[in-house]
Amino acid sequence: MSIDVTDLTVRFGGVVSLNKMTLTFPDGTCGLIGPNGAGKTTFFNVLSGYVTPASGSVVVDGTELLGMPDFQRARWGVRRTFQTEQAIEDLTVFENVLTVEEHTGSSSRAERTAAVDAALEFTNLTPVRDELVRTLGSRERRFIEVARAVVGRPRLVLLDEPAAGLPEHETIELGSIIQAIPERTGATVVLVDHDMSLVQACCEWSAVLDFGMLLASGPTREVLEDEKVLAAYVGEELV
Amino acid sequence: MEQLAKLTTHRYFQPGAVVVVMLLALFVAPAIFNTFWITNLTQMAVFAVVAASAGLLYGRVGLVSLGQVAPYGIGTWVTMRLAYATDLPWPVLLIAGGVVAAAVGVLIGLPALRVSGLYLALVTLMLALAVEILLFQLKFPNGGSGFSGVASDLSSITTLPRPTFAESDAAYFRFAAIVAFLMFMLATWFLANKPGRAWASIQQSEPAALAAGIDVTRYKLIAFALAALMAGVAGGLFAGSVQNSIGVDQFNRQAALFLIAAVLMGGVRSLWGALIAGLLAKVLLDILVEYMVGGQFWNDFSLSLFGFGLMMNLIISTRDMEKKGLLG
Repeated sequence: MSIDVTDLTVRFGGVVSLNKMTLTFPDGTCGLIGPNGAGKTTFFNVLSGYVTPASGSVVVDGTELLGMPDFQRARWGVRRTFQTEQAIEDLTVFENVLTVEEHTGSSSRAERTAAVDAALEFTNLTPVRDELVRTLGSRERRFIEVARAVVGRPRLVLLDEPAAGLPEHETIELGSIIQAIPERTGATVVLVDHDMSLVQACCEWSAVLDFGMLLASGPTREVLEDEKVLAAYVGEELV
Repeated sequence: MEQLAKLTTHRYFQPGAVVVVMLLALFVAPAIFNTFWITNLTQMAVFAVVAASAGLLYGRVGLVSLGQVAPYGIGTWVTMRLAYATDLPWPVLLIAGGVVAAAVGVLIGLPALRVSGLYLALVTLMLALAVEILLFQLKFPNGGSGFSGVASDLSSITTLPRPTFAESDAAYFRFAAIVAFLMFMLATWFLANKPGRAWASIQQSEPAALAAGIDVTRYKLIAFALAALMAGVAGGLFAGSVQNSIGVDQFNRQAALFLIAAVLMGGVRSLWGALIAGLLAKVLLDILVEYMVGGQFWNDFSLSLFGFGLMMNLIISTRDMEKKGLLG
């Protein structure tokens, strides 16, 4: 289920956030990296429908995404997590995931419950199934977002810095979950993260954005050694 | 049956406290209080339902509506008009008032789809003002004929009939307490199910709600409709409590502000806060008037008093606690 992006341009006033981005994401888990302000989250926001691009098209699985109303994209299969996690404080872990499934998935209660429990199992959240999110820590909150993104039948899973704020051993645990998403759900995963070891562990293929321009794309290892990429990240330890 | 079992075991439903409050309301209060205080308690039940409707919008969906007095007044008018004109049983009268009010609630909700926060507060207050003017022109029915049901000669004016099973003040209070209980249960049912989960998502983050596939527009309108239905039913109860053509001053701008102050003082994180709001507005205030130095002054000064209470509440609470009110 590849993602074909053609000539995607986003402008905020005079600022060009994405500049004629043309790119095909292959199946599996893809990395999308780049310095702060490169346009990664803007790209996700275009896919989610929060930002209307000036021009361009995004075709997933033969369907043009950009014409679809925002809330219906989730029903079609576009799922995402947020840079600032958005697990719902007032609901339990189960209810958090159920909320997605009942608006996007099956109409039968038994099937819904089964789908939600499977997603919780997949994200190692079964032990806290009936806890209120408000009482939980960052690991559970981050994992809940992933569970919300994979429950039911997602086609496209967009992970926006899912490991931000997690200690290393939890990042590794999250990494192994992310790697398993394509096989479990058949969805294409796009991972945005600044933690290059996580991107390397999860993604065989990556693309690099800088100032809204596509800098490089290809196998992750090669991309990270690309001179243009190294120049964009000057002063930062990449690997 | 299954739904009821699910509801009564949900974390939003506290069976012990509910049983105690209902026992107090149905058996203890009518036995120990005189007519004056029983009437106040009826008003408290009515006010608690209106407070719960405003609290639900703000505390559960994040919509600051100052317009809940509008469906409240419309519910009162519709129930009164039908009670004079027909022999329909009271539950039907109350539902009719609630349904018409819900339609108005959706109309009030429509601008909410475009604006939020302070602007929503302003827009809903203006709409409440429009309804206030409408009700002022229309006047409340008093037994007359025609669409408005307003008689001008004194001999045609009759008192509003109460339900045959609840004609005394004590019996009517019990009736009001049961209706209020049912409205609270209705709200709890919505909160504990799909709409409540959608509202919790919307309140926390609209982008995240959209990303979950929630039709944010639709669920906001459902919230406005439910809140207006509750306020409309409360309006019908109010009509049966006072039994005459009540002044429009019950449903004016000042009442709108007083309501939201009382609601915030009571707290909007839990429906119990609405009960506290009713207690503050309809019992505590009268205790001040009856027994404290100053007498009627307290009533005249009530809006400022509640404004002061609200301010103290905000000062001593952190921002997160703003929604918890006196329940802490």
